Amino acid sequence: MTPITTPCDLNHRSLARFPVSKTIALSQRLLFRRAFRTPRLRLLFKDIEHLLRLAAVMLIALVAFVVLRAAVVPKSFGQYGHYRGDAIAELAARPVAHAGHEVCEGCHTDVVDQKKLGRHAGLHCEVCHGPQARHADDPASVKPLLPDTTVICARCHEANSAKPHSFPQVASADHSGGLSCNTCHQPHRPKIEDRGKPATGAKK
Amino acid sequence: MDITRRRLLVLLPAAAVAWEFVRAGTPESAPNYKTSEHWWGMLIDITECIGCGSCVRACAQENDVPDGYYRTWIERYHVTDYAIERPQVESPNGGKEGFPMNEDSSGKNFFVPKLCNHCADSPCTQVCPVGATFVSPDGVVLVDKNYCLGCRYCVQACPYGCRFINPKTNTADKCSLCYHRITKGLTTACAEVCPTGARQLADLKNPKDPIHEYLRTHSVQILKPHMATGAKVFYNGMDGSVR
Repeated sequence: MTPITTPCDLNHRSLARFPVSKTIALSQRLLFRRAFRTPRLRLLFKDIEHLLRLAAVMLIALVAFVVLRAAVVPKSFGQYGHYRGDAIAELAARPVAHAGHEVCEGCHTDVVDQKKLGRHAGLHCEVCHGPQARHADDPASVKPLLPDTTVICARCHEANSAKPHSFPQVASADHSGGLSCNTCHQPHRPKIEDRGKPATGAKK
Repeated sequence: MDITRRRLLVLLPAAAVAWEFVRAGTPESAPNYKTSEHWWGMLIDITECIGCGSCVRACAQENDVPDGYYRTWIERYHVTDYAIERPQVESPNGGKEGFPMNEDSSGKNFFVPKLCNHCADSPCTQVCPVGATFVSPDGVVLVDKNYCLGCRYCVQACPYGCRFINPKTNTADKCSLCYHRITKGLTTACAEVCPTGARQLADLKNPKDPIHEYLRTHSVQILKPHMATGAKVFYNGMDGSVR
């Protein structure tokens, strides 16, 4: 291998005193001087290295911003508007707690027949029985508790001057004296005269 | 198969397109539900409300609402004829356990169920700095709890006081109009358990929905119409003193 020799000019003077960076800076200056011959422009770009350095920093910052933004902002953001589009499907995926009366009525047809004859025909099952989606999913192992009629009936029928006057109301202390409501009333068909009547299409 | 350069150049973009479809996301949970076909609201008949609190309890159970916080609640108004402008309003525990007998039965007493009005031009979504709350394409104001910072701007912005900070998640929380139910074809939990039918879910984009006939034939109001929020909870029989 031949040793690397220092380049020299035609007069055999070493060029080592002209380092590479200095040479580049010099050539840039020459280039720009040739490009902008008018003195005003030359004055404007006389410190072109500073401007180039600044431009490089800004370019790096811009690239970093674009890359970071792509990494951080969720893919579905802006799908429908200024929010995460996937959030809609996530919210819709939550499991239900109340099964809905159609589900209850699929199995408990006897209660439906009983109920539709009385004043409580319009009431859905989960008004009194509470959320039963878990029971509907697994009727064998999840058994609903029977509601306490003294509490559940009073919530609607306890007298209150703010309730519509046409709504049937009682002051339970006077009305039943502490007895539970289902002593006399059958909640699915509450009118006392109806008690014991056959549930469906009575044949006389 | 012989893969030539020409064939590879044809296959690569096709593979890229296919991969984009694979990455496009999970399939929708309700495949038959199209957000563009609905515009949800609610109808509340004040003349039918008995203040039983079934809706408040059902809402809490359906949506895991912590005790002391309410996505829906019931107010009892007491208006005397000499102070129509100054009604007395109470809501013990949000009306969850019903209301005690009103000792002063003079004047006018009635119940007003409240919930998010799912405004079409909602003030709460406009102030969110991160896009965590929004009006969905089917007209429901929702909160993306994975994106919410808990900054409370929206809680302050809601003119109806319908928002709160959930102490479990430390994010904004509110009525979602049971979005997980209505997208499955069910009604909201509160409407499901309302014994008198005072609450009805309404789809304003469905021409067969009875809401259209109801709005034509009844004197229906919204809360704070002067704020131009585009509220979609319609109240029938609402007294002028209701705020």
